Amino acid sequence: MTIQFNDETFRDDYSFRNSDRAIKRFPFPFHEDSYMYSVNMEQHRGGPSGSVYEKRFDVDEHYLSEMRDRAIVLAEDPLRCQSLPHMTLAGWDTLELIMVSKSEDYPDLFELHRDGSRWRWVNKPMGIDHTFTFLDETTLPCGPLEYITRQAQGDYAVLDQRGDMLYMDAGMVTTQADWSLDFDIGMDFFEWHAPVPLAHEMGIFKRALKFLLNVQQGAPARRLNWTMTVNPLLDTSPENYHKWGIQKTTLTPENIGAKQHLRVELQTFYRLPRSNALLFPIRCYLIAFQDIVSVPKWGRRLHRVVRDLPDELATYKGFIANRPMMLDYLSQYDDGLPTSPGVWPDLETEPPLQR
Amino acid sequence: MSTFQFPPSIRSRPVYGTLAPRPGKAHLMIADAEGAEAILSLAGQGPGLMAKTHVIYIPKGTGETYVDQLRALKSAQFYTGPTYAASVQRIRRVLSDAHMGLQVYLAGTEGLMGQAEAEAIAAGIPHSAIQTEHRGSVARRMQCVHCKGITEDVMTDPFTCAHCGLNLFVRDHYSRRLAAFQGVCVDAEDPGNVPEPRELYS
Repeated sequence: MTIQFNDETFRDDYSFRNSDRAIKRFPFPFHEDSYMYSVNMEQHRGGPSGSVYEKRFDVDEHYLSEMRDRAIVLAEDPLRCQSLPHMTLAGWDTLELIMVSKSEDYPDLFELHRDGSRWRWVNKPMGIDHTFTFLDETTLPCGPLEYITRQAQGDYAVLDQRGDMLYMDAGMVTTQADWSLDFDIGMDFFEWHAPVPLAHEMGIFKRALKFLLNVQQGAPARRLNWTMTVNPLLDTSPENYHKWGIQKTTLTPENIGAKQHLRVELQTFYRLPRSNALLFPIRCYLIAFQDIVSVPKWGRRLHRVVRDLPDELATYKGFIANRPMMLDYLSQYDDGLPTSPGVWPDLETEPPLQR
Repeated sequence: MSTFQFPPSIRSRPVYGTLAPRPGKAHLMIADAEGAEAILSLAGQGPGLMAKTHVIYIPKGTGETYVDQLRALKSAQFYTGPTYAASVQRIRRVLSDAHMGLQVYLAGTEGLMGQAEAEAIAAGIPHSAIQTEHRGSVARRMQCVHCKGITEDVMTDPFTCAHCGLNLFVRDHYSRRLAAFQGVCVDAEDPGNVPEPRELYS
């Protein structure tokens, strides 16, 4: 189907909205009524038709507005996109992967015509028709990683692999859950995850690293992660935390349904062919609490997850202070009925709220 | 002895050891303040070591306390600099002239070791091959994540960014590339509610 792109903002007046279709395809991250860390990896080889898992790089109704927001962030802070000198080839690998995937998966929106190293890239939604020479940086207006990720939703970390370790050596990071590429660039896998509580002790990162080191070309993987964000703010960066942190205090029982958002990251992992780097796209999806509870199963389950989450995780995810108000709201949508297993909304089979 | 045992922390936080002589064609020792004590101790362990050593020393607040003792080690080259910034061009030159087999030893404050380590890494020496020993002050070199300004010798948590004036709390998250810990606004969610500053590790 043709996508109707929204004209919306992720700042100031926050006009971001999810359509009914976007709500139903939202990547709800809880497959059961509780949550704890796990290495929840699976193969990224498509998914149900219309779901966010179907295509390699999901394009949705927020595409154009997210790209506008990214351009604003980069104009204010060019350091959100960085690439250490040895990562240029991985940038070209990334450009190729995204262009090939999008042109194959969305032929009505994107075209890639290749004649040897002479490539023509057509991005119809953004009005781009550009011919350049593959692997020749002088034929692009900026580096290859920046060029293509200004046209692709989600953040992108590019991880170099050396000596059984991954290094955060390049990235485009403007929709992040409170981490700084500028600070973390060059760190190894354990170092950039250092501030995460509990998971190190649980051995999560050791197992995740082992898995990621072995991701092969043509066999990408994926997992979900989540946090909470007040207002549909994509740029929850540490750089701007002194500006957006105060927004957490604006929740009231009256506005929480519209203001409080569940923030879900669809993380995917691709081995890149020339550089042997690992591309780590982190795609952010936002949904207002009032839209989650429109799906009865999700309303029941989100209440139970938020209620039972260990304090350390609620603190790390930044919503410990607002948790009581969140529970007051969400408890209205939990009638105590059991929920079906799995993440899908199951609107046809799950009972409506019994109140 | 001006040593301090840092409590265990997160994985990005540097850990320091005790300097020990390693075989090498040439040796570069960079120290500030009480770091001189680590150099003096190291020199005593390796006969002939100092004859192949370039010592770069920044006394900071210790003034002349260690300078004569260090000079008496009769290293191949001995330099005292008024500040790290005044010394860094020399450090870069020594590193760019270095050959395979240079051993690097760093001692003193975290800020000195971190900055000198970043120079050595930039010159192609893996950080795991660089020896470090903490001595003296536990003050930290902090980067404000908001304005990116560096505040040197931070002794309290929270502290005030020397550049943008925000009140920042002191994280253990550390960037080897920036040679700095991360400082993050402490009162973003409750402006003006700044905890009473406490001395680090007090």
